Amino acid sequence: MITKRIIPCLDVKNGRVVKGVNFLNLGDVASPVDLARFYSANGADELVFYDITASAEGRALFTDILTEAARSVFIPLTVGGGINTTDDFDRVLKCGADKVSVNSGAIRDPSLVGKAARLYGDQCVVLSVDVKRVDGVFRIFAKGGRENTGMEAIEWIRRCVGDGAGEVVVNSMDTDGVRQGFDLELLEQVCAAVKVPVIASGGAGKIEDFITLFQTLPGVDAGLAASIFHFCEVRIPELKEAMRRQGIPARIVQTESETGGKKHAEP
Amino acid sequence: MVVLIDYGVGNLFSLRSSFAAIGEAAEVSSDPETIRRAERIILPGVGAFGDAAEKLRRTGLDRVVQEEAACGKPLMGICLGMQLLFEKSFEYGEHAGLGLLKGEIRPIAERIPAGLKIPQMGWNALKIVRPSPILKYTQDGEYVYFVHSYSAVKCEDSLLASTEYGADLTACVGRGNVFGCQFHPEKSGDVGLKILKAFCETGVDA
Repeated sequence: MITKRIIPCLDVKNGRVVKGVNFLNLGDVASPVDLARFYSANGADELVFYDITASAEGRALFTDILTEAARSVFIPLTVGGGINTTDDFDRVLKCGADKVSVNSGAIRDPSLVGKAARLYGDQCVVLSVDVKRVDGVFRIFAKGGRENTGMEAIEWIRRCVGDGAGEVVVNSMDTDGVRQGFDLELLEQVCAAVKVPVIASGGAGKIEDFITLFQTLPGVDAGLAASIFHFCEVRIPELKEAMRRQGIPARIVQTESETGGKKHAEP
Repeated sequence: MVVLIDYGVGNLFSLRSSFAAIGEAAEVSSDPETIRRAERIILPGVGAFGDAAEKLRRTGLDRVVQEEAACGKPLMGICLGMQLLFEKSFEYGEHAGLGLLKGEIRPIAERIPAGLKIPQMGWNALKIVRPSPILKYTQDGEYVYFVHSYSAVKCEDSLLASTEYGADLTACVGRGNVFGCQFHPEKSGDVGLKILKAFCETGVDA
């Protein structure tokens, strides 16, 4: 049975993970590559590298980091941030990304999803959306959540999936940072609207939030979070064990050592 | 030396990195002579079957792969590269494959219940059907990473492992020196690296 995926997200700025300091047991870890290795060894099913750099130097540094991570981490890597053209897809795919996530770039150029899907395949194109309720209607926000596009969210998601987006990351701005659980109302509507994998983002504060997510909405394929993993408030091995106990399919990796000797627990 | 055949289908960065991680020399090449000199061949691939088969034919690499496999050189197809090992595919029409293994490629939609997402994308468990040199480090129930909308059928004589996604889908095949993985060993963590390592040891102790 296919497992529900747990995905840590690393926001990278000027070569460092934002909010990545004071990592429990590892001391001061802000190196995206070290953090990626740690998560991979601890059972992350996939990683998202999000480039939040604005400068050209920062961008070059980001691709260097991505290359190094892809050389040593053998789980799927999704890259987002600053993806505006198919050249940007090309740039990160050559550095070892498996999937590329587009957000504002798709809003600026609505043909980007279709063009990228034709060039690299649907499975490579991830639509990422920042959604917020405005007067009771789910709206798409651009530029890292700073700008209301006025577009109705479900309609936009449906359109991009029709154009070839192979997966959707749904980030709820209403629940993000609140740590009271995922936005089940929004996610339910997205699951009903599209047939591609749906990744829930925004609002996870504890293990139970993931359990509630997967039990309430079987159509959700993955849960994504950042700081709760970075600060070890939720540990992935414990999260996976809790999922298993609740009958939610989860891939469990034993973590005795960084290299070799690891075996998966029996299902 | 392992050669990763570059015929313009997909990105070989991760595959090359994963061979580096297990300490195996790997070269990316489209040169028939390099491929003939290699000890082992990897046929990668993502995308559409018809397009990939056409690229192999146009470059003449189809015959190179067929001849080398016939000589007993270990060959492993990965994802679409695995599908190309079979006789034919029904992805957007009907297309001939390399015919190195018996069987054909059909949409998984024909076999799984409606409501399951297509492609199958994510980690799923291997159900080992018969032992094989490439699965010597792999245990039943270990997870590997899949992304596919089509799968091999009528391939009972080469089936090594399946995976359950509403139905048993072909995950791993092998017969003689020809092997294939529907999943991505280069994206399947240590479990995947061990399968690549086992492939690199085929013919040595098998």
